[in-house]
Amino acid sequence: MNLTLKVWRQAHADDRGEIKTYEANDIPEEASFLEMLDIVNEQILEKGDDPIHFDHDCREGICGMCSLNINGVPHSKEKGITTCQVHMRKFRDGDTIWIEPFRAKAFPIVKDLVIDRTAFDRIVAAGGYVEVRTGSAVDANSVPISKPDADAAFDAAACIGCGACVAACKNASAMLFVGAKAAHLNLLPQGQPEKDKRVLGMVRQMDAEGFGNCTNQYECEAVCPKEISADVIAKLNRDYAKAAVKEAVGR
Amino acid sequence: MSSLNSAIPPGPLAEKWTRYKDSAPLINPANKRKFSVIVVGSGLAGGSAAATLSELGYQVKCFCYQDSPRRAHSIAAQGGINAAKNYQNDGDSVWRLFYDTIKGGDFRSREANVHRLAEVSSNIIDQCVAQGVPFAREYGGLLANRSFGGAQVSRTFYARGQTGQQLLIGCYQALEKEIARGGVTMYPRTEMMDLVKVDGHAKGIVVRDLKTGKIESHAADCVILATGGYGNVFYLSTNAMGCNVMAAFRAYKRGAYFANPCYTQIHPTCIPVSGDYQSKLTLMSESLRNDGRIWVPKSRDVAAKIRAGKMTASDVPDDQRDYYLERKYPSFGNLAPRDIASRSAKEACDDGRGVAKTGLGVYLDFRDAIDRLGKDTIEARYGNLFQMYNKISGEDPYTSPMKIYPAVHYTMGGLWVDYNLMSNLKGLHVLGEANFSDHGANRLGASALMQGLADGYFVIPATLPSYLVNETPGSVTTSNPAFREAEEAVNARIGQLMKNGASGTRTVDSFHRELGFLMWDKCGMGRTKEGLEEAISKIPAIREDFWANVKIPGSTSSLNMELEKAGRVADFIDFAEMTCHDALNREESCGGHFREEYQFTEEDEDVKSGFTNPGEAKRRDDEFSYVAAWGDNGPGKKPELHKENLEFEAVTPSVRSYK
Repeated sequence: MNLTLKVWRQAHADDRGEIKTYEANDIPEEASFLEMLDIVNEQILEKGDDPIHFDHDCREGICGMCSLNINGVPHSKEKGITTCQVHMRKFRDGDTIWIEPFRAKAFPIVKDLVIDRTAFDRIVAAGGYVEVRTGSAVDANSVPISKPDADAAFDAAACIGCGACVAACKNASAMLFVGAKAAHLNLLPQGQPEKDKRVLGMVRQMDAEGFGNCTNQYECEAVCPKEISADVIAKLNRDYAKAAVKEAVGR
Repeated sequence: MSSLNSAIPPGPLAEKWTRYKDSAPLINPANKRKFSVIVVGSGLAGGSAAATLSELGYQVKCFCYQDSPRRAHSIAAQGGINAAKNYQNDGDSVWRLFYDTIKGGDFRSREANVHRLAEVSSNIIDQCVAQGVPFAREYGGLLANRSFGGAQVSRTFYARGQTGQQLLIGCYQALEKEIARGGVTMYPRTEMMDLVKVDGHAKGIVVRDLKTGKIESHAADCVILATGGYGNVFYLSTNAMGCNVMAAFRAYKRGAYFANPCYTQIHPTCIPVSGDYQSKLTLMSESLRNDGRIWVPKSRDVAAKIRAGKMTASDVPDDQRDYYLERKYPSFGNLAPRDIASRSAKEACDDGRGVAKTGLGVYLDFRDAIDRLGKDTIEARYGNLFQMYNKISGEDPYTSPMKIYPAVHYTMGGLWVDYNLMSNLKGLHVLGEANFSDHGANRLGASALMQGLADGYFVIPATLPSYLVNETPGSVTTSNPAFREAEEAVNARIGQLMKNGASGTRTVDSFHRELGFLMWDKCGMGRTKEGLEEAISKIPAIREDFWANVKIPGSTSSLNMELEKAGRVADFIDFAEMTCHDALNREESCGGHFREEYQFTEEDEDVKSGFTNPGEAKRRDDEFSYVAAWGDNGPGKKPELHKENLEFEAVTPSVRSYK
């Protein structure tokens, strides 16, 4: 199939950036979206030009590295997948495809479609863990966890930290990401001792990084490649309110 | 040729690790703070080591090429992690896990290391559960298990089909906790370009900041490499696109020995190749073999009709199907180990009975499991894997069987290490897939996660003091001339790569593809003396062409992914040559290394007695019961072979039969 690509090109963080047009010809429909970009890049390289830079690694939907806005939607309009899982058979011959980076103040552009998501790491460092020194754990079966609780924790833990939720939100809010991590740990008995500290720390770091507020429009849920439910945001708000009150009254 | 000292502690096998820990040197907390440690790689091995060493008080610097330590390729492991918990009461024990691993590795691993691995396996599960890793559970709230290849017990813990992800996130969270505390300094998007040796000891690294292109030195009291495997030497593999051998190979160039590179694991259940544009292969978890049945048509004509689209799998009646693993290995059936399952798929396809369009594919069929257990149960067990398959192939595995074919997946070979996980270079320690020690010639499923975490959480924290107690903390800084020399070498190499810049004629990927296809053809599932010699004779021409004609636009002072790939491919070319030398040297078949000249035939006693089948791998213990550790001899020269003889005290190497 033959396609026209409109791609965001930006030489470095301080460059203004612009959309450039590329023709992608003879693309096999079995190819993945990123393989299509590989083919286009080979053609760009043949001409001696700088190839389109984009982040990618595992190419099987789990590392969270790939991060393209495809026709205005993070990871494309298909439900429940990452950019690397988009296949060309979903497009039609002659289509024009717009490719842009995930955009958010807290995700500065490094080059072209590559962004800096280290803000997410700093949010996790602010409380997204259980403090357990290696070697101090008790036997794994000494704390039974009901299957529904374990399953709910897993659903939240499935987050791959790609940032699509932020990119889809008009406010660039990170509430789905933070809510998912908080729910994963707060739903488990292991996460209880640090529950309050966790939500206070992570939410404050989220604000400090420049992510926006949540206005409950659930664009995040719609694009999440792991289909994490926006319920985690409601839970985060509850857990945060309780923790903030306890902090205010000094308990 | 010299022999190597593996530093295995004395005493009976089952007591070695306990005795070692009782007598190993300790460093008091106040002194630990004075020592600095460099960890390269942030996957299960590197991340767990960095976090744990920081908890103990060491000053840690951790480096990864990804934009976050959470993205290391351990994340892609699907099926599970083994541990000798015996929660199922099915007869499992440390001894059985040890024995299965030794046998699974075709008696080419080191007994003492493997036993230690089996011993600490239980602690790993405890640690991960305490971190909040959401392993699968039964309705009673206790942990669930499933079976994996090469074992007759259920000892695999799992988190749906995302076990690696969940373990890595647990490990990453521990790492972030230590980063926040100030114990670990993290350097993402940073690639190790060289190892720095001072007076024969590894004392630092030279790195490139991938965002700015800046070359920088880091000194420490010791260096830990946890940089994964080299599967991408074959171009197409299940590895992530960025996985590479550069860090380990740079250490090799600085004098570290590289052990058993020819032991490469071809995973039996991957989605078949569909075209030239393909950039990677996708694994379908081995856990699918718990319920899926592997088959091809008995008749070549039927297979040809399927390939031509004139018939489908459901048109083939049961008596016309060859469930070849169940037929050949009745006691293990579809759960035969990976090397055996892969070779059997190749045999069936070489026999003209493949079912994918290219002829290279066999069925993995869930029809009977769905009939027996219902679609809901199968969906609960494998839903995300079925979805992944559907996304890639466009086919629905609930109604028509998956098509699978073997692909390069894991590499058992790696930098040589002793019992302390220290290389022959003092101060250089190597963990996880990057070392060679635990899986012999073939790794069993769900054992990679176990080994990575064992090395990082439990082994290196106990063995590192053995090296550090003899060192003066902080004695080497980056002002040592060795750092300037290494930086100059790195800059010179980058300069050489960039020389042709935009005027080069061939892309990095085109070289990588050429090398990979040569390796897959000559050093893949079946190897011969002639084929390996041919590969060895062709690689120098690829190298020459690469350095003369590679095209790399852009600058060295900003993000330049072509330059990153070029550096990695340059090392893959040299590494491939060493791998072929190793495969040529090893005139036997064992595990993932199959030399076609060495296989069982109808003439062999073990075949006549029915113990094994013709075509199975034939080891030659008298001559090859050793670890082949290769030392660099300079550019274009055959590497030098050093041997570590494998001594078996507790088990007797036997013909490996899964019948």
